[in-house]
Amino acid sequence: MRTGAVWSGRVFAGLWPPLLFGLGFLALWEAFVLLRDIEPFVLPKPSAIFEQLRANFDSILRAAWDTGRNALVGLALGLAAGLLAALLASRLRVLEELLTPLTAAAAAIPIVALTPILNTMFASTSSTPRRLIVMIYVFFPIFINTLKGLRQIDPVHSELMRSYAASPWTTTRIVRLPGALPYFFTGLKIASSGAVIAAIVSEYFGGLQQGLGPAITSAAAASAYPRAWAIVTAAIALGLIFYVAAVLAERLAMPWQRPQGELT
Amino acid sequence: MSAPRAPAVALEGVGKRFGDGTTAVDALTEIALTVAAGEFVSLIGPSGCGKSTLLRIIANLIDPTEGSVSVNGKSARQARLDQDYGIAFQQAGLLEWRTVQANVELPLALHGVAREERRKQARELLELVGLSEFGAHRPSQLSGGLQQRVAIARALARRPALLLMDEPFGALDEMTRERMQSELIRICAETRAAVVFVTHSIPEAVFLSQRAVVMSPRPGRITDIIDVPPGTRDEDFREADPFYATITEVREALRGRTREGSP
Repeated sequence: MRTGAVWSGRVFAGLWPPLLFGLGFLALWEAFVLLRDIEPFVLPKPSAIFEQLRANFDSILRAAWDTGRNALVGLALGLAAGLLAALLASRLRVLEELLTPLTAAAAAIPIVALTPILNTMFASTSSTPRRLIVMIYVFFPIFINTLKGLRQIDPVHSELMRSYAASPWTTTRIVRLPGALPYFFTGLKIASSGAVIAAIVSEYFGGLQQGLGPAITSAAAASAYPRAWAIVTAAIALGLIFYVAAVLAERLAMPWQRPQGELT
Repeated sequence: MSAPRAPAVALEGVGKRFGDGTTAVDALTEIALTVAAGEFVSLIGPSGCGKSTLLRIIANLIDPTEGSVSVNGKSARQARLDQDYGIAFQQAGLLEWRTVQANVELPLALHGVAREERRKQARELLELVGLSEFGAHRPSQLSGGLQQRVAIARALARRPALLLMDEPFGALDEMTRERMQSELIRICAETRAAVVFVTHSIPEAVFLSQRAVVMSPRPGRITDIIDVPPGTRDEDFREADPFYATITEVREALRGRTREGSP
């Protein structure tokens, strides 16, 4: 389709400036380390980091897979809980008054402090505490954004649905839910890369020795700084994959928001 | 049918007060108006005269403080539940995530019309408003005028005996506006629906209606009901003497009240 081609062309046009900037930044970094003769434990060269990434690719991939799985499961759970809570809160005022302060409290939970507590609640070989941490982290941005979206209804749409004698649930299904999608995806984009960060943080407090967190710790403990940096790079890549997936889901779910030519 | 049809709208002693105590505002007082089946009536008046409020009372979107409202011989509420009227606003208010066709199908779907039948009727409606080839488009791909046509097709979906319109052409440019007025006249002739049409444009009220109901604010009330001379509503009518004479008459009715109301 012609509009599709134009659209993807625009995506690529938007891609090369940050790409060029990133490459330039890496080149400057490399030159800086070389010229100033900086020790690798202070700041390794990008080329050394890349070399470590290549050499340890299999083990890094396995660690990223473990972390990614926890992030994904936690994200799915938090998503389901956040959506359900937002839906109920938007319909029942009592529930909103009950849920909003509770979710604000949930958002204020220091996940760093909660992790060791959850770890002792479950067996030390269990991934459950990590997934719960991700879920708690994800819940709030999904809940608060979706609820805001469900609340916003064009007065014309609301009068129209009333003139059709539509029930509140019908109005939610036909008008409010599709109208809330942009807000929901704002929440999802925040939650997606945040889920990876939460998953990694949760790995630092005992329990299973798998995932990117323990891999970074053990590399740093062995003074293998370029390798530690290589794993950090993988963590960034994992977060980006989650974010890009959220952006793609947004595009797929809201085809009407793609730029299109106006006909008169 | 031999039996006379119930009037499309019958209002008696209708009043609407917003708020209470010392801050209460009388939006409407002592409104009495009957719109016959198939009749085209405009409500015209300055901002704040309660014309949109009156339309919403007829539509049962808000309740009057006093008086009685009947639509097609039923209570306003029953008429709304039965979807006896179609309604269009100044904003087209299309659901942007639905195609044009799906927007027109919405009232039919909510009323339980089967899928195939819905498709067929929506196609006919789009043809009626001259948008046959736009069914698969998204609303955002259409201009304001075309979107308003879709909104009118949607309002007509249930073949209502009454069409309620709140400044539907208010946001359109003058050229588009005149074309839409002629289209509306044609559509009304085909569907034989009665229309209550809110506007603040005098030529629009005169061109479209059989009667122009002149309203004034503080408190909102009907001050005059002016009959528009019969005649085919075409481009010639816009330049004929009766058109201008009636415009003058409506303008004086509006101005008389304004002069009285302001120092």
